[in-house]
Amino acid sequence: MTESELRALKIGKLIDARGTACPGPMLEAKRALGECPVGGVMEVQSSDNGTIVDIQRWCRKMGHDYLGDVENDGFWSVYLLRKV
Amino acid sequence: MNDSPNNEQLLKDLLKRVEALERQAPKDQLTLGVMSGDLERTMTAFIIALAATTFDMEVDMVFTLRATAALRDPKKIKKDLLDLEPSAIKFDLKKHGAMSLEELIQLAGEAGVRITICNISMDLMDIDREELIDYPNLTFAGAAALIDMCSQSKQCWFM
Repeated sequence: MTESELRALKIGKLIDARGTACPGPMLEAKRALGECPVGGVMEVQSSDNGTIVDIQRWCRKMGHDYLGDVENDGFWSVYLLRKV
Repeated sequence: MNDSPNNEQLLKDLLKRVEALERQAPKDQLTLGVMSGDLERTMTAFIIALAATTFDMEVDMVFTLRATAALRDPKKIKKDLLDLEPSAIKFDLKKHGAMSLEELIQLAGEAGVRITICNISMDLMDIDREELIDYPNLTFAGAAALIDMCSQSKQCWFM
């Protein structure tokens, strides 16, 4: 997906994990996934660049779709589609 | 396939073997042996344990020797024995949003990470059970328990 497509997504659950270091963003993503409807998009905001690849691999293992990531001012937004 | 007695026996044997395989097959489980006793490795062990829980993996951490010192509650310590080796590098955990060892242990407890302490290490290190942290899932065992955990786990690390 392009950056503008990602930014236009309707967000089912937004997680602001900025300011926490590894493994904080992953723990917050895991905890919040239940609050995102199946078929909905979750956005994880993280100031730790490692979160991008962590979420990519996590999605592959857990059966979700990784949609992409965009860089903001000092943090990244990572988008995934909850499948299960 | 007809239902001759031979086939029945074959099926029985196969079922037995499948059951044995299933019982022995490593699960999506992580076992971490922690023995170094330095702060960096101990913190890293908890970070890895917590990451594994996000994958719904069951996690066992086994603490031996010096590492056991990390599980003492500073408020309960009776004897001033050797402590965790301070890190050679000065980390600014707060500045980078990183969690302290205490916070990591707290989260590990909440995430269901099991901790097993090598019982003989407690004696060797002269640590009393009353000096340990309050942790929801803490048991004492020996080396055989570690072997059994490893044989049930797809991933085993020693650090």
